[in-house]
Amino acid sequence: MNEVNSISELRIDSEQIRADFPILSRKINGKPLIYFDSGATAQKPQQVIDAVSTYYAQQNANIHRGVHTLSQEITIAYEKARGTVQKHLNAEHSHEIIFTKGTTESICLVAYSFGKKFVKAGDEIIVSEMDHHSNILPWQQLCEDRGAVLKVLPINDAGELEIDELQKLITNKTKLIAVTHVSNTLGTINPIKEIIQLAHSKNVAVLVDGAQAVPHMNVDVRALDADFYCFSGHKLFAPTGVGVLYGKEKWLKVMPPYQVGGGTIKTVTFQKTEYADLPLKFEAGTPHMEGVIGLEAALNYVNKIGLKNIAAYEHSLLEYATSELKKIAGVKIIGTAKEKASVISFVVEGLHPLDVGTILDQLGIAVRTGHHCTQPLMERYCIQGTIRVSLAFYNTAHEIDELIKGLKRAIDMLR
Amino acid sequence: MSIAETELEIVEEFELFDDWMQKYEHLIDLGKSLPMIDDQHRTDDKLIRGCQSRVWMHSELKDGKILYTADSDAIITKGMVALMIRVLSGHTPDEIINAELGFVEKIGLIKHLSPTRSNGLVSMIKQMKLDALAYKQIQR
Repeated sequence: MNEVNSISELRIDSEQIRADFPILSRKINGKPLIYFDSGATAQKPQQVIDAVSTYYAQQNANIHRGVHTLSQEITIAYEKARGTVQKHLNAEHSHEIIFTKGTTESICLVAYSFGKKFVKAGDEIIVSEMDHHSNILPWQQLCEDRGAVLKVLPINDAGELEIDELQKLITNKTKLIAVTHVSNTLGTINPIKEIIQLAHSKNVAVLVDGAQAVPHMNVDVRALDADFYCFSGHKLFAPTGVGVLYGKEKWLKVMPPYQVGGGTIKTVTFQKTEYADLPLKFEAGTPHMEGVIGLEAALNYVNKIGLKNIAAYEHSLLEYATSELKKIAGVKIIGTAKEKASVISFVVEGLHPLDVGTILDQLGIAVRTGHHCTQPLMERYCIQGTIRVSLAFYNTAHEIDELIKGLKRAIDMLR
Repeated sequence: MSIAETELEIVEEFELFDDWMQKYEHLIDLGKSLPMIDDQHRTDDKLIRGCQSRVWMHSELKDGKILYTADSDAIITKGMVALMIRVLSGHTPDEIINAELGFVEKIGLIKHLSPTRSNGLVSMIKQMKLDALAYKQIQR
C-alpha cells in the first residue's frame, strides 16, 4: 500500500486541477465547498463546459440528416467522439459503442434486447448482492416477463464477491451475469476478468456496470473480454444525460432494436421496416449531441492527466481518509475489501447518517447519506444507510482533514 | 394559542440564535425532548416513508381536536417533528388543513422541505393534513 506522504510526489498538481473546476470555488453555507459526492455525479472541468457551450454557439445542427455544412460538421464531430470512446475502451470497432442516456439506459437496453432474443422461461440471470438497483431491476423485470430466474451472487463481510459461489450458481440455464465493476457503496473493485473467464468457459455472457470504475481506472474491454460494458458520462466529468454501452459486435448485430424511431432505419413501409446497421440501430431519435461532444472533452481531459496517475493519487487519498476515519471512536467502515476504488462508506455508532450529513452540509462538506440505491446490500449489513465519501482527483488531503474535523463536531453535537 | 401564534413564537425563539450551530443544537435538543411515541404505535403501519429517516406518527381525535404523537430514528428530523407537533397538535381538523406553516421558511429550515427524498418532513406534513381530512369526514 502507498504511504500517505507520497501524495505530493504523485504527478497530480491538485491546485492546477482544481482551478479547472469552476464550481470548486463556490461557497456553501459560507464555507468553501468540499465535494465528496463524485460517486453520485462528478464536477465538470472548464474544458467540458467550453465544449458544450461551443457546441451551442458554433456547431448546433442535427446529425446524420442534413446535406448542409453544419449538419455534416456535427456528424463528423459526433462520430469522432465515438472513435475517442472506442479508443478509450480499446474496443475493436467504433460501431460497438452505442451512445445512451447513461448506465441505466445501457443496462435496460441489454436487458430488453438481449432478453428478447436469448432469454426464455426457465433460463437464469445472475446479479450480485452488491449491485446498484439499476443493475438489478432491469434483470428482475426481464425475469418476471420471461418466466426466468434471478439468482444472486453473495458477498463476504468485507464486501467482496464470493467468487467460489459463482461456480456453483452457473448452470446450463444461465444466460447472463450482470455485475458491477466497482461497488458504488463499498468501493470494492471486483475481479471482473476472472468472472468473465469463468462465465465464458460455460458459455455465459457478462454485462459489466462500469459506472463507478471508468472515472478511476483504465478499462480495456478487450483485455477483460466483456460482452457488454456500461457507463455514464456524468460520473466521468462529462455532461449529464449521456452514457455508453459497449457491446461485442456478435451480440449487438443479432439483438433487436430497443427503442425505435428516427435514425434507426434503412427503409420503412407500413408492411416492413429494415433497420440500420450498428450503431444507429440502437440510437433512436435525435441524440444528445452536446453530451457526446462533452464526453469526448472529458475523456481527453482525464487522459491528459492520465488515469494511472489519477488512480494512484486517489488511492493515497483513500488510504489517508480510511486511516483518519478509523481513529474516530464509534466509526465503522462498511466495505473493507482488499481492492478498493476511492469510495468510503461508514456508519457512526448511535447516529443516523442523515443527521451527520446534515451537519456536514452546514460546514460546506457534501457527502452522500442513505442506502445509495443498494437496499439489498444495506439489508446484508443490517443497516439503514451509510455516510459515503467518494473521492475524485480534485480532492485533497486538506479536505479530508476538514471532513475529520467536521465529523468530530457533528458527533459532539448529535451525541 | 392559535397555529399562527405558535408559529410566531417559534420564529421569535429561533431569532435568538446567532448561527446555524445554535439553531441545530436547539433542534437536536427539541428532538431529544420529544416524548416517545407509545410503543404500540411504533409499527410499520404508522411509518411515514421519507427515504432516509423514518418517522412514525399517530393521531387521535379528542373533543374535536387532533392530538399527534410521533418519533423518528434521526434526531434532527425528530426536532422538526417536535416543532410540527407543537404547531399543529391540539387544533381542529379545519385549522390543521388550512395551516400554511410559513415558519419553516422563516426559521431558515426551508431546505428540509425540499423534495430531496432525504427526510420525512414533507411526507409527515402531508400525513398530518391527511389525518385531519379523514377526521373531518368522520365528524360529518
